[in-house]
Amino acid sequence: MQDTLAQLKRGENAVITDVSSNQIPLKLLEMGCLPGNPVQLVQLAPFQDPMYLNINGSHLAIRRETAAHILIEKVTHE
Amino acid sequence: MSKQINVALIGNPNTGKTSVFNALTGLNQKVGNYPGITVEKKEGVCKLSRGVKAHIIDLPGTYSLNASSLDENVVIELLLNQNDKDFPDIAVVVTDVENLKRNLLLFTQIKDLQIPTLLVINMADRMKYKGISLDIDYLEEQLETKIALISTRKNEGIDHLKSLITSYKDISIKPCIDIKSIEPKYFENLQKVFPNQLLYKLWLVITQDVNFGKTNRKDFDAVEDFKTKSASDLKRLQQKETIKRYQFINNALKLGQQIDTSQAKDLRSKLDRVLMHKVWGYVIFFLILLLIFQAIYDWASIPMDLIDSAFATLSEWTENVLPPGAFTDLLSEGIIPGLGGIVIFIPQIAFLFLFIAVLEESGYMSRVVFLMDRVMRRFGLSGKSVVPLISGTACAIPAIMATRNIENWKERLITILVTPFTTCSARLPVYLIIISLVIPEGRFFVLSYQALTLMLLYLIGFGTAVLSAYVLNKLLKIKSKSFFVVEMPNYKLPLFKNVAFTVIEKTKAFVFGAGKIILAISIILWFLASYGIGENFNNAEQIIKTEYASENLNENELQNKIASHKLEYSFIGVVGRSIEPIIRPLGYDWKIGIAIVSSFAAREVFVGTLATIYSVGSDDEETIKNRMAGEVNPFFGGALFNFASGISLLLFYAFAMQCMSTLAIVKKETNSWKWPVLQLVIMTIFAYLIALLAFQLLK
Repeated sequence: MQDTLAQLKRGENAVITDVSSNQIPLKLLEMGCLPGNPVQLVQLAPFQDPMYLNINGSHLAIRRETAAHILIEKVTHE
Repeated sequence: MSKQINVALIGNPNTGKTSVFNALTGLNQKVGNYPGITVEKKEGVCKLSRGVKAHIIDLPGTYSLNASSLDENVVIELLLNQNDKDFPDIAVVVTDVENLKRNLLLFTQIKDLQIPTLLVINMADRMKYKGISLDIDYLEEQLETKIALISTRKNEGIDHLKSLITSYKDISIKPCIDIKSIEPKYFENLQKVFPNQLLYKLWLVITQDVNFGKTNRKDFDAVEDFKTKSASDLKRLQQKETIKRYQFINNALKLGQQIDTSQAKDLRSKLDRVLMHKVWGYVIFFLILLLIFQAIYDWASIPMDLIDSAFATLSEWTENVLPPGAFTDLLSEGIIPGLGGIVIFIPQIAFLFLFIAVLEESGYMSRVVFLMDRVMRRFGLSGKSVVPLISGTACAIPAIMATRNIENWKERLITILVTPFTTCSARLPVYLIIISLVIPEGRFFVLSYQALTLMLLYLIGFGTAVLSAYVLNKLLKIKSKSFFVVEMPNYKLPLFKNVAFTVIEKTKAFVFGAGKIILAISIILWFLASYGIGENFNNAEQIIKTEYASENLNENELQNKIASHKLEYSFIGVVGRSIEPIIRPLGYDWKIGIAIVSSFAAREVFVGTLATIYSVGSDDEETIKNRMAGEVNPFFGGALFNFASGISLLLFYAFAMQCMSTLAIVKKETNSWKWPVLQLVIMTIFAYLIALLAFQLLK
């Protein structure tokens, strides 16, 4: 099973591998949430939701349920 | 002959687009509405050179041409309609140097419409701070446009921008991407059917679900038949298109932009760590709210006292200087006190708009949205509902318009329905005058009791909004997809000019908008209170003289008795006394009743109405407050405005739906009479019951 963005932990980095575009608003795609782009979890609100992300240099907040539709591959720093 | 160039300013939110607009137009700007819809339209004029002027439109901020709200729709509607008188000769796309990549997406879309498109890279003063360097010549070549690197904060590069606008004809209109390459077969077919149309334009029309009210739709009528693809297919193509655009942008930026992250200073994460902390974040938010209320209450009271006594003096002066007669009475007893009732609140309203403007401009408001989303969702609202609920403290009308960026319809509808519970600035006049009459002075630590009462009323309003949202969430059966995307902008020190413009503009709109209604109502009220028919009105002097013949009243006392007898039997007295049975259990007399009834036009009329009613026939120079303090309750004796009736009135105004403009806007935004009518009936009945309960318990 592939990781989704919802599983990312604070401070972790990843690369977006796929988005189920039917579940994701076009606006989010246009803000840079596209396959191949890097993503970092900057901060979580209380109760872990919403998520404050840095996607491809843009700082955005989205809800966890939306994040679950974005597939990622975690990047581990050596 | 002077030449005029039509310029459209376009850009993502938070790029300083409005600052560019202010820098170009200065005070030569006006704010209106697009016809038929409530989207704000800002236009201005900028002198470019001898005989050449630019007519500049500041279009609503948008992330892309794929509109997802009414505001964004305005942008695309203008750009697709060549017959619009505002159709731009040149589009100026404003971007933020720190978010250049994302901001350029919109640029490529607009350029593909083959409108000359100029790129403004704003906030150049931040480049060094962020370790960014740009190769402008290279970028101009890659993006095939002209670039103005400016800083509105430092006021640099504006002249260069003006000269680029002047020579707009030199800008290439070559598209950035070839739309055909996304899916050649589909687009070639499309072009065959519409050989004379720009493909990208066709594509935009096909993919937009929004209504294109005025667009030259007849050209595209046949497009409907061309929606051969399913929605998900179209979306897949849009995704492909977006990827293509980013490829184009990345390609240009790869060599054109260098970012040395080791040079970058990271103020954002330092501030975020504190302002968005799971404990401190909320504490700070609460302290900011507290500061706002203290300012509105305590600091604004000094200019307010001055205005109050100035109007009382003016009223007396008019009476003494002008020849006696109906016109002088109308001026001194109707219009001047009525206007005084609105002018007095300018300091507070200005303070409120000042704080809201600063919170928005600084980027803090988005943090509040983030912090509150989870909590608000439990009540059926969105974190984005916080912005309408906070700006609802200024006025429900812009607040309801601000719900447009809530993506989820159910959350949006609930926000619209509950926003009128928040304490708008029109309630403020009523609260302030009643608090000052019935709440004792004195302090609890540094906070005055009166300021605390005001804070409590705001909390009651907010609390009621949230609780009724909870109930609505359970009652309304609406299924809608839940989307929530918020940009977290950089922190910025608000620009004085921007904040000042907002405060002046909003205060002006409030004063003139409300002023017209108040002026009209105070003239009508004065007339109704000064004239009447029947024995009791016409022979008031005779009746009173006979009645009090045995008592030795001096001339002054006698005149007062006559005046109040006349008022009681004037037109307004007749109306007022007929509704008195309904409001008597709440502790009000008929004069308050009249004020409440006229408040249904707009709440702030309350004070002006009482001022007009009380000043008819009274010759003494007195402030509104003193007049009210002197009123006696005709049924229960004692001061009319005592603790019980005061609290009852405060609560009535907290809950009742007394604003025609808000109802009109709710009708517009929900596109149905059902919701505004429900609001009016339910809120007002609720207000009556609570006020009744309060008076009966406290009296």
